[in-house]
Amino acid sequence: MTAYIIRRLLQLPFTMLGVTLLIFAMLQLLTPVERSALYVPSIPHNEGAIDAIIAKYGLDDPFYIQYWRWLVGHKDVNTGEIKGGVLRGDLGFSRSGRQDVIDMIAQRLPATVEMALWSVFPIIGIGIWLGVISAINHNKPIDQIIRVFTTIGWSFPTFVFGLLVLLLFYTKLGWFPPGRLSDPINAVVMSPSFRRYTQLNTVDGLLNGRMDVFWDALRHLVLPILTLSYVVWARILRVTRSSMLETLRQDYLRTARAKGLSEKIVVYRHAFRNALLPVITIGGSMVVGLLDGTVVTEVIFNYPGMGSATARAASSLDATAVLAFVLFGGMVLTVANLIVDVLYAMVDPRIRLT
Amino acid sequence: MNKTGSNENMAQLKGASDANLRELGRLEEMVGPEWARLVRGVFTNPLSIVGLILVSSFILIAAFAPVLAPPLTTLGDPYLIPRDGYSPEPKPPGTVWQHDIPPIPFWYQAVTGNEEWVHLLGTTSGQFDIYYGIIWGTRTALFVGVFITAVTVVIGLFVGAISAYYGGWVDDLLMRITEIFMAFPFLLAALTLSAILVPLFGRGIWPATIALVCFGWMTYARVLRAEILSAKERDYALAARVLGAKDSRILARHIVPNAIYPILVLASMRVGDYVLSFAALSFLGVGTDIGYADWGQIVSFARDWILSLDIHWYIIVYPGIALLLFGLGWNLIGDALRDILDPRLRKGN
Repeated sequence: MTAYIIRRLLQLPFTMLGVTLLIFAMLQLLTPVERSALYVPSIPHNEGAIDAIIAKYGLDDPFYIQYWRWLVGHKDVNTGEIKGGVLRGDLGFSRSGRQDVIDMIAQRLPATVEMALWSVFPIIGIGIWLGVISAINHNKPIDQIIRVFTTIGWSFPTFVFGLLVLLLFYTKLGWFPPGRLSDPINAVVMSPSFRRYTQLNTVDGLLNGRMDVFWDALRHLVLPILTLSYVVWARILRVTRSSMLETLRQDYLRTARAKGLSEKIVVYRHAFRNALLPVITIGGSMVVGLLDGTVVTEVIFNYPGMGSATARAASSLDATAVLAFVLFGGMVLTVANLIVDVLYAMVDPRIRLT
Repeated sequence: MNKTGSNENMAQLKGASDANLRELGRLEEMVGPEWARLVRGVFTNPLSIVGLILVSSFILIAAFAPVLAPPLTTLGDPYLIPRDGYSPEPKPPGTVWQHDIPPIPFWYQAVTGNEEWVHLLGTTSGQFDIYYGIIWGTRTALFVGVFITAVTVVIGLFVGAISAYYGGWVDDLLMRITEIFMAFPFLLAALTLSAILVPLFGRGIWPATIALVCFGWMTYARVLRAEILSAKERDYALAARVLGAKDSRILARHIVPNAIYPILVLASMRVGDYVLSFAALSFLGVGTDIGYADWGQIVSFARDWILSLDIHWYIIVYPGIALLLFGLGWNLIGDALRDILDPRLRKGN
């Protein structure tokens, strides 16, 4: 297994290199003037200055020279200052966010991480639980209801679901507001006496012993979590159900029943663990669902995270910024896929040969 | 040969002998046993019948769009939603049409007994008629869904077939490239690419469509490659080779037609997904322009009315229902196809 993991780890840099290549190829669809946002905050308005920038940063040099500069940076011959360089964390300037992309990521990532982390519990917990319920009641009414729920969830556009949820629980009932924190609580969080350990409001609230911060942060998270979960549930539920159905037909379960074990023990002690193995494989597609889902969800709930920044950059055609975000998303997904593969190899000995 | 392959072979043999016993039906004679099984399966499963009804209703709505919602000739392009003035406040369903009234459909008076043309499903801010947008948006949805599916399947077919056929470094290279495309979250990547393509093509259906095609072909390529690799080892491929058929002929006439079924299922399940993704891109502001007949575009008007969604619910609900039913229709058909093609779920197995 170690060999497999090492081989898989060695592939990682190559995939990441490929990811940067594809991003760079997309950058080439932009004009040199638009690409200047990689290096300078604003496009100068006179012709001469534009040419000067294009010449200075070599924005019409051959592809491979530009790629190298974009990847590792560009040393100014006169000042010795290094500009650009994705590997150095210089992702250019976001014209829609009016700040460096890397600062924007640093500022907005915690909000998105907080939302995604909180969503993972209901997605996995409830998704698997419903999948098991559905499988052990195969073709009974409860199974049919869950299947209808899954198929509808599968076909429900996230943005419509999110807006309907907002309509009901905010506009109509006023229970859960959009945004990340309400104003008075935001003032508390911003005050110097409140220590930001993790930048996650719920966790920091607990660590500072401010339950009001914790509850307010959670209140704002309920609807985004519900929206994110509903769409991913369909996927995890479907896999759990079919895997559980498959497992329940196995001979060793017949043996367990024949021994006189109770159905509860047969299902939860013997079948459950084996049935969970294939569920790990959709870990990657769950991360895709979360990354894609946060874009739409954050826009609807006016939540100040990476997703809403990406959507804003895209709709204002701020291409360098949106490319930087998708580069980040690609990296996250690549690492997530690696973790999924390694995890699967660890729990399922049959995988190791391949 | 892999395990599922031999199972499938067994199932095929079994199916064939069953068919002999039943004597070949007319359907089998016309389209062959495999297709006959698909057609029969889709038409006997209640859920897929619901799916078929939904999809064919959308096709009918698209076909009869000019009858259901006659366009305003002065606008030129029927895909531009006619607007009733420019007021920013959305109007509820049933509001009487006041400015630039489009021709009233002939059935309207007979059905409703009303002489005035009203906004059947209300208007958005800027007074775009929601009913018109949904009817003509059906055409947009069908075109986008079918176009993306067709192009991605063709690209996948080429990449998969070349990869499996040549093998070696060509295979390695193509599969690595496929993996790189798969390393991106689908919607995020499509969002990015269409934001880049908008300055090149202008706003409209093309930036988002091309972007979805670019990040949508990989599954087909991989599935087809795997299918071809396993089909290459089957007896019928060997038999064709023994008879002296050229590789390209074996590939085109024997292997691809046999490997196409899983692609078919995937494709039919993806039509709905693509349309939902396209709508999401429009909703996020990188799809069609404001006022274009496109479901996602109409829903995006709701973003300005979060505080009064309970009053202006119709901006979300009607296009939302259209999107949901469209996705549901294709998914139900896809689900049924998947069950029919899954050898483990075949009857008598």
